[in-house]
Amino acid sequence: MPRSKLAGTTNLYALAAFVALAGLFDALYLTIEHLQGRSVRCTATSGCSEVLGSHYAVIGGVPLAAVGAIAYFTVFSLATLIAFGHTRLRSVFRIIVGLMCGTSLWLLYVQAFVLKAFCQYCLLSAGLSLVLGGIVIVDWFLHRGE
Amino acid sequence: MKRYLPFVIIAAVLAAVAFVVLFAGGRSAPTPNTNQNLLNIPYRAAAGAEPPHAHGSPNAPVVLEEFGDFECPPCRRLHPVLKQIETGYSGRVRVIFRQLPLSEMHANALPAARASEAAAMQDRFWEMHNLLYEKQDEWKAKPNARLTFVEYARTLGMDADKFARDMDGEAVYDRIIADGQRANSLGVNGTPTVLLNNRELSYADISAAHRFRSLIDAALREKGL
Repeated sequence: MPRSKLAGTTNLYALAAFVALAGLFDALYLTIEHLQGRSVRCTATSGCSEVLGSHYAVIGGVPLAAVGAIAYFTVFSLATLIAFGHTRLRSVFRIIVGLMCGTSLWLLYVQAFVLKAFCQYCLLSAGLSLVLGGIVIVDWFLHRGE
Repeated sequence: MKRYLPFVIIAAVLAAVAFVVLFAGGRSAPTPNTNQNLLNIPYRAAAGAEPPHAHGSPNAPVVLEEFGDFECPPCRRLHPVLKQIETGYSGRVRVIFRQLPLSEMHANALPAARASEAAAMQDRFWEMHNLLYEKQDEWKAKPNARLTFVEYARTLGMDADKFARDMDGEAVYDRIIADGQRANSLGVNGTPTVLLNNRELSYADISAAHRFRSLIDAALREKGL
């Protein structure tokens, strides 16, 4: 791989690792609040309680935020490894980020049209997932045909 | 060294996560409920709104905890059954009502839950609770059921202006969410759900009054009563 392309990959995945780290702590905060039975107050939107107290916030008894935290940690780890040259992990990274983007879009739909309420922490998480999706697309363009 | 650096970074983040979970998570964990009847609830089960809306002695040997949605027809059908049980087992059964408005199915469930909690702020929870179930057909399809609830508050002799303000307030909402979180933590996802001394009963058991009674009798026998 040419040196400039390698540097581009490193920078891109270093950025992905930082984005995933932000997502990890956002999801971790929501998980802790959920497990402690506290209602999270929104400061920028007004629907945190509606969203986080809804049935969509739990899958089979497990808080969705905890699933998100695991996903973000996985993406963080993969991005870090890829940034350090383990480029074979790129396809796994793309699949997981794709799943996260799909889930985020579904959850945005639920907030907008089913619950009609928005939770700022969930919007942040969705935004970060979509940024990761953007990184995957940029990376795909950079490495087309390889 | 560079070979191990990514693993060191990942391990450091994992350690930070563990630290956050243990310290931030453990520092203000809820106090386990000391009520005898709730001792077998897993520690992580959320406590729900405190104090709960309850009928009957706190020392009653049998606790029935209902998760209800005022707009749900089976909940309305259960309402007279529970009232009969309260009367028939006076002093031996405590009935707790928990809010679980299924907003995705019932458009007016959340406003109704808010109305009952706002009524509680004027010590009229059970009156409003009964009225909401009894008049479910009247308000459930209304585009603005809130106005009907304010009318109910007036009928019950409440301060309607305070009621309307409270309905939109955070305090009312926090209670509904706290109950919802308890439901989530217990794996309760439908209404009506009734826990008998923390054991979930099937809908078949609670919808037939005689089966419901026989389960309560069995629970009383277990306690030697």
